[in-house]
Amino acid sequence: MAEPKTKDVLLDPIIKNNPIALQILGICSALAVTTKLETAIAMSVAVTLVTGLSGASVSLIRNYIPNSIRIIVQMTIIAMLVILVDQFLKAYFYGISKQMSVFVGLIITNCIVMGRAEAFAMKNTPSMSFFDGVGNGLGYSFILIVVAIFRELLGKGELLGHKILGPEGLVAEGYVSNGLMLLPPSAFFLIGLIIWAIRTFNKDQVNAS
Amino acid sequence: MQTESPKQTMIVATCLCLVCSVLVSTAAVVLRPAQQIQKTLDIQKNILKVAGLYDETRKVDTQFKVVEPVLIELAGKRPRITDPAEEGIDLKTYDPKKAAKKEHDSVEVNPPGALPQIARREIYTIAYEVRKEDGSLDQVILPIYGKGLWSTLYGFIAVDADGQTIRGITFYQHGETPGLGGEVDNPAWKSVWPGKSAFAASDIKTASFDHLPTPTIQVAKGEVTADTPQAEFKVDGLSGATITSNGVTAFVRYWLGPDAFGSYLHQIRSEQAESTPTSSAAEGETNG
Repeated sequence: MAEPKTKDVLLDPIIKNNPIALQILGICSALAVTTKLETAIAMSVAVTLVTGLSGASVSLIRNYIPNSIRIIVQMTIIAMLVILVDQFLKAYFYGISKQMSVFVGLIITNCIVMGRAEAFAMKNTPSMSFFDGVGNGLGYSFILIVVAIFRELLGKGELLGHKILGPEGLVAEGYVSNGLMLLPPSAFFLIGLIIWAIRTFNKDQVNAS
Repeated sequence: MQTESPKQTMIVATCLCLVCSVLVSTAAVVLRPAQQIQKTLDIQKNILKVAGLYDETRKVDTQFKVVEPVLIELAGKRPRITDPAEEGIDLKTYDPKKAAKKEHDSVEVNPPGALPQIARREIYTIAYEVRKEDGSLDQVILPIYGKGLWSTLYGFIAVDADGQTIRGITFYQHGETPGLGGEVDNPAWKSVWPGKSAFAASDIKTASFDHLPTPTIQVAKGEVTADTPQAEFKVDGLSGATITSNGVTAFVRYWLGPDAFGSYLHQIRSEQAESTPTSSAAEGETNG
C-alpha cells in the first residue's frame, strides 16, 4: 500500500469517499439528530472528536494489541472517549445534551468510528490515523449539517432557532411549515438526494449493475 | 509474535482497562459540580415554564428570583413551614428525592398503592410560590412524580392561588416511549391542562383540614371536548399510551390529594378567603 498523504486522508472522505454517502455507515444517528441544526452541529463535533482521537489512540498502541482481542480493545477506547464527550456535554451544554439524549452514547456503536479504527488505524501511524478520523468525522458532519439545514429550514422555517422563512424573516407572505421534514423519513429522502447528486458528478461512485 | 501470548493479552487488557477507568472516573468527578449547576438551572427553567414566566432572552437564575421556595410538610396540619431551620432543614441543600429514599426522612404512602409502585414518600418537600406585584399569592408550583409505563416521571404542576385551578404542567425527566408516552412533553398536550379544575366545587366548600377533598382531575381516554360530561376535570388522553395516561392521573391525584399537597392547598384557600396581609408578611421571611 502506498504511503497515504495527509491532505488526501483528511479531505477525501468529505466528497470522494464519504462515510455516509458512499460507505452508507452511521445512518441511524443521522436520522435522529438532524431535525435541528444546533444538535446536528454538536453531534458532528462530538463524532469528529471521537473518530480522530480513537484513531490516534488505537494506532498508538496498534503494535501491542493482541489480534485476538483487538475489537474489544478498540471498543473500550471508543466507549471511553464517548463517555468523556457525554460528560462534557452534560456539564457545559446541558440543553443540547438533553435533546441528543441517547444518541451521544450511541456514538459508540456508530459504524464509522469502529470501521476507521479497524480499517485504517490498525495499519497506520498515529498522526495519519488522527487525520483519517477527523476527515471521516468531517465527511459525516458535512452530510449531517446539510440534512439539518434543509430539515430545520423547511420543517420550521428557522435556522439555529432564528426565523428565516415567514413574516419576521425573508418571506413576507408567511411560510407553512412542512411537518414531514421533522419526521425521520425526510432524512432518508434527503440523504438519498445527496447521494444522487454526488454520484451524478462523480461517475466512478456509481455501482456497477 | 510476542503479542499473541495469553500473558501479553492479559497485560494489554488490564493496562487498557486501568487507563480508561482512571480517565473516565476523573472526568466524572471533575465535571460533577458543573453538571449539578446545569441540572439545577434546568429545573428552575422548568419551574418558570410551568408558571408561564419563562423568558428565553433573560438569564434563568435572575428570572428565578420572583419564585420563592417554601418548605412544605406533606399532609401536615400546618403544611407551610415558616422556619425550616427548626426542622433541621436548609432549603438550599435539601433534596426531597434523597429524603424519599431515607428511612427516617420518609413515610409510607397512605393509603398504600395511592401512588402506584411507590411505597414511601418524603415527609417534607419544596414547593414554589409566585406572588403578584401587590404581594398577594398568584400561583404555587408543586413537584410531582410517579410511575408511567417504563419510568418514573418527574415534573411540576402549577396551581392557581384559588387552590383548585390548574395553571400548567411539565415534566423534566422521564423515560417513556418517544412518540407515545413521551408525548407528555408535547406542548399541545400540556396546553390542555391550564384552566382545568383539580377538585369538584362542592368538595371544596365542605373541605377542612380533617376532611380534605379528593382530586377529580383525570387524564381521560380519547379527546375531551366542551360537550364531554365533566370536561372541566378531564384532560385529553395520550393516544397509544394508556398506561402512561393512567399513571399521570394516579400520581397527579395523589400529589394534590389529602396525603400530599391537599392540606397545603387547603391552607392557601383559607388564606385567600381571609386574605389577611399578616399571613403573607410572615410568610415572606422564609425567602431563601
